[in-house]
Amino acid sequence: MFGYIVRRLLQAIPVLLGISIIVFLVISLIPGDPATAILGAFATPENVARVNAALGLDRPLPVQYLSWLGGVLQGDFGVSFALDRPVADELGERIFPTFILAATALVLCAVFGLLAGTLSAVRQYGWTDRIISVLVLIGISTPSFWLGMMAIVLFSIELGWFPTGDMYSLFGGGGVGDLIWHLTLPAITLAVVATGVVARLTRANMLEVLRQDYVRTARAKGLPERLVISRHAVRAAIGSLVPIIGIQAGFVLGGAVYIEEVFQWPGLGRMLVRAISQRDIILVQGGVMLIATAFVLINLATDVIQSMLDPRVRDR
Amino acid sequence: MTATAMPERRARSGSAWSRLVANPLTVIGLFLLAVLGGLALAAPILPLANPDATSLSERLTPLFSPGAWLGTDHLGRDLLSRLIWGTRVSIAVGLAATLAAALIGSTIGLVAAFYGRWVDAVLMRTIDTLMAFPYLLLALAIVAALGPGLLNALMAIAVVNIPFFARAVRGQALAIKNQDYVAAARLSGFSDARIILTEILPNVLPVVIVTMSSTLSWMILETAGLSFLGLGAQPPTADLGSMLGDGRDLIHRAPMVALLPGLVILLLAIGINLVGDGVRDVLDPRLKSGALTRPAAATKRRLPPAPGTPEMDERLVLSVRNLSTFFEVGGRTLKAVHDVSFEVRRGEALGVVGESGSGKSVTALSLLGLVASPPGVITDGAIWFNDRQRGPMDLARLPVKELQQLRGSRIAYIFQDPLTALHPVLKVGFQVAETLVVHQGMGWADARREAVRLLDMVKLPTPAEKAHAYPHELSGGQRQRVMIAMALANRPDLIVADEPTTALDVTTQRRVLELLDELRREHDAALLFISHDFGVIADLCDRVQVMYAGEVVERAPSAELFRNPSHPYTRRLLDCVPSLTDDRKIEAIPGLPPAVDRLPPGCPFADRCEEAEAACREGTIALRQVSDRHAARCIHAPGAALAEAS
Repeated sequence: MFGYIVRRLLQAIPVLLGISIIVFLVISLIPGDPATAILGAFATPENVARVNAALGLDRPLPVQYLSWLGGVLQGDFGVSFALDRPVADELGERIFPTFILAATALVLCAVFGLLAGTLSAVRQYGWTDRIISVLVLIGISTPSFWLGMMAIVLFSIELGWFPTGDMYSLFGGGGVGDLIWHLTLPAITLAVVATGVVARLTRANMLEVLRQDYVRTARAKGLPERLVISRHAVRAAIGSLVPIIGIQAGFVLGGAVYIEEVFQWPGLGRMLVRAISQRDIILVQGGVMLIATAFVLINLATDVIQSMLDPRVRDR
Repeated sequence: MTATAMPERRARSGSAWSRLVANPLTVIGLFLLAVLGGLALAAPILPLANPDATSLSERLTPLFSPGAWLGTDHLGRDLLSRLIWGTRVSIAVGLAATLAAALIGSTIGLVAAFYGRWVDAVLMRTIDTLMAFPYLLLALAIVAALGPGLLNALMAIAVVNIPFFARAVRGQALAIKNQDYVAAARLSGFSDARIILTEILPNVLPVVIVTMSSTLSWMILETAGLSFLGLGAQPPTADLGSMLGDGRDLIHRAPMVALLPGLVILLLAIGINLVGDGVRDVLDPRLKSGALTRPAAATKRRLPPAPGTPEMDERLVLSVRNLSTFFEVGGRTLKAVHDVSFEVRRGEALGVVGESGSGKSVTALSLLGLVASPPGVITDGAIWFNDRQRGPMDLARLPVKELQQLRGSRIAYIFQDPLTALHPVLKVGFQVAETLVVHQGMGWADARREAVRLLDMVKLPTPAEKAHAYPHELSGGQRQRVMIAMALANRPDLIVADEPTTALDVTTQRRVLELLDELRREHDAALLFISHDFGVIADLCDRVQVMYAGEVVERAPSAELFRNPSHPYTRRLLDCVPSLTDDRKIEAIPGLPPAVDRLPPGCPFADRCEEAEAACREGTIALRQVSDRHAARCIHAPGAALAEAS
C-alpha cells in the first residue's frame, strides 16, 4: 500500500514538470510582450527593453523557464502587474473560495451521480431508468453558465430564496450558515454537468458488472437481490468509478470559471477571467499552474482510494 | 478488389442508417438538428431583420411584439434574427473546431501508432500532459496567450480536444497495424503515407466519427462559454455565447434575452448527444443486440398451468420433467434446452456430458432460475425438488423470494472458473461466511469462525490466514476449494457442479475431484456433475446422461453406457476419448451441431450420423428403453419407445 502511494507520487513528478513546461511555453510564446502590456502601445523601444530586462525576459527561454520554475517551487510566482502585488498573495486569497465551491460540487456530483447511475442500471429500461436518462441527457447538454443565470432569475430574483451572488452577505455575514446560503446555487449549478457524466458512466459500469460471473455466484448463494446489488455489484464497480470522479474534478475546476463569473464568487476562476482580459500574463500563469497541480493531486488521491477499494490494483 | 468491395460497403452503411433511424431517440435528435441546422443554413434567405440593426426606440420589447416575434434586446436588435444568425456562428465554430481537432488528433494518433518507438513515446507523453490539465483551463491559457477573439477561441477549444482523438485513433490503429493486409501492403513496397491513408485510415474512421459525435456538443458548449466570458466572439459578431453574455446584464429587467440563446444551445446539445448516442450504438459492436442488458434476479418464465404434484419417495431429490429453456435473441428463438427430463437421488452422482452448446449448463442453471434473462426464458416443464420439510415443490413455478431461500442452502452450485466466479474484491472468508449469515441467521463472528472451519474441511492450507486472502492471491486449485467450501456450507441436498475442474491443471483437477467426491458422500448429497470429459465422469458418476442440441439423447449407469453405448452420437463421443490401452485412431465427429434456432425435424444428429436413414428425419424421435435403466433417443436402438413423464 505504502509502496503504491510512493510509486504514484513519483509518477506524478514528470506529469507536473510537463504541465509546467506547457504553461510556461503557452504564455511565453505570446505575440506581443508583457512590457508593451505594462507600458502601453506608445512606449519607446528603450523603455520596453528596460522593462523586459527588469522582468528577465531578455534571457534565453530555457533560462527563463528554470528561473520561473525555481521561483514557483519556492512559492514565488512573480508579481502581477495589473494588481501590483505578488501573484502568490493573490492566489492565496482566492484558493479557499474556489476550493469550497469545487469540493462541494464534486461531492454533490459523486453522491447523486453514483446513486442515479446505479438506480438507472438496476432498473434498466424501466421508468426510473428512462426518467433518469432524460435528466442525465439534459444535464450533460446544459450550458452551466446559462443554468446559473436562470437559477438566479428563478430562485433569487423571483422567489428571493437565495442571494444573487457573492460569497458572504455584505452586512452581518461571514458565518458558516451565510456561506452555505451563498454556496447553494453555485455549487448545485456547477455539479449538474458532472453529475450527468458520472451517472452515465456509473450506469454503464454497473451494467457491465451485473453481467459478471461473480454476480451470478452471489445470486446462486441465495442472497436477496438487494444484497446482490448493494454488496456485490456496487462493491465491484465502485473501485473503477472513483478515478472517474477524479476526472470530473477537472471539469468542475474548469466549469468553476463560468460559475464564479455568473455568481460573482471571489475565486481563482474570476481572477483568471479578469487577468486574461487585462493580459496579466504572470497572474494567468500562476493561476493555471496552481489549478492544474491541484487536479493532478486530486487524481493521485483518487488512484490511491481506488487501490484501497480494489486490492487487485495495488498488486498489479 | 475495390470494385467488389464497394457494393458490400454500401449495403452495410445502408443497414447502419436503417438501424440508426430505428432508434426513436436518435430520430428526435436528428429532427432537432435538422430544424436548428436548417434555420442556421437558411439564415441569409429567410425574411429576417438585420441582426445588428439597432433601434433605440424599440429596446427590450416583449415577446410577440409586432415586427419582432421574440422581442428585442437592450439595443433594440431583433432577437429572433440574432438567435438564428448566432446559431449559425455557433454551429460553424463548433464544427470547425471538431474538424480541426479530428484532423490533427487523428494524424497524431496514426503517426504515433504507425511509427511506434520514440515517435510514439514523445507524441503520447505530450498528449498525456495535455490531458492532465483541467479541460477548460488549458483553453483559457491558450486564449490568454492568443488574446480574445472567435478564431482564437476556436483554436483553443480544438487544441484541448486533440487528445481525445489522438488516443482513440492510436488505440484502433495499433490493433489494425498488425493485421495481415497491412503487412502485405508493406511487403508490396507501398509508401508509409499510402499504407496509412489507404489501409489504416478507412478502418479507424468509425472511431473518429464516434469521437466526433461525443466531442461536438462539448465544443459547442465550450466555445459558447468562452464567448460568454467575453473571450470568444467580439462585437459586432455574435454567437449564442456572446448573446448570453449580453443577456447576463439584463437578467433583472429582461430575462428573456438570456433565456433564449441558452435554450437554443441546450436543444442543439441535446440533439447532438442523442444522435451521437445513436451513432455509437450502431458503430460499437459491444452495444449491439442488447449485450449490455442487465440480467434479472431470476430467469424469466412463460409457463403453461401447473401440473399436479407428483409422489416423490424420500431418496428422490430432484425430478425434472419436460424442461424447456429458450433464448430469445432479437426475434429469433434458440431452443437451448428442449423437453429435458431426468431424476437424481440422494447420494447419487449423475453426470451430464455433451459438447459446448448442447444445453448441459443451461439445464443446470435453469434449476434455480440462474439463466441470464434476457435472453433466457423457461417456457415449459416442471422442476420438482423434494424439500426435506416441505415435500415436493416445483422450482419452475416457485416465487423468486422462495427460490432465493433454496439457492445456496438446499441446492448449491460450483462454477467452472473460480477466478471469475468469486468476487474479486471481497475476502474469501467473507464470501464463505456470507452464505451462512444469509441462510442460517448466524452472527458474523460465528460465521467467520465457521468459514475457517469449512476452509479447513476443503483442505485449504492455513485456513485462518487464507480466509483473509482475496481470490487473486490464491492458486486456481485453492480458489476452487473455496467455491466448494461455499457450496457445502449449508449442507445442501443437491450440489450442481458445472465443469468445476476445466479451468485447473491436470494434477490439481484430480485432487479437487477427489475432495468433491469424498465430501458429497459424507454429506449424503446428490450431485449433478456437468463435464465434457468422459474420463472424469466415469470416475465420479453412478449414471450418465448425454445431451445433444438441447435434448437428452442417452442415459444409463456409467458402466453400462461405456460398455454398450446405444446412440451413434454417444459412440462417436466415446471414440474421441484417448486411451492408453488400445491404439485406435481418434476421430473428430464430422460437421457441427445444428443451429438451435433452426432444428430440423426428426433427429438433430441425423446430418452427422453415418447410420441415418429417411425415417430419422421425420417426426419426433422418442427415448427408447434399451434395458432396465438404459434409454437412448435413436430409432436404431433396441427396445420400446418410452412414454416420457409429463
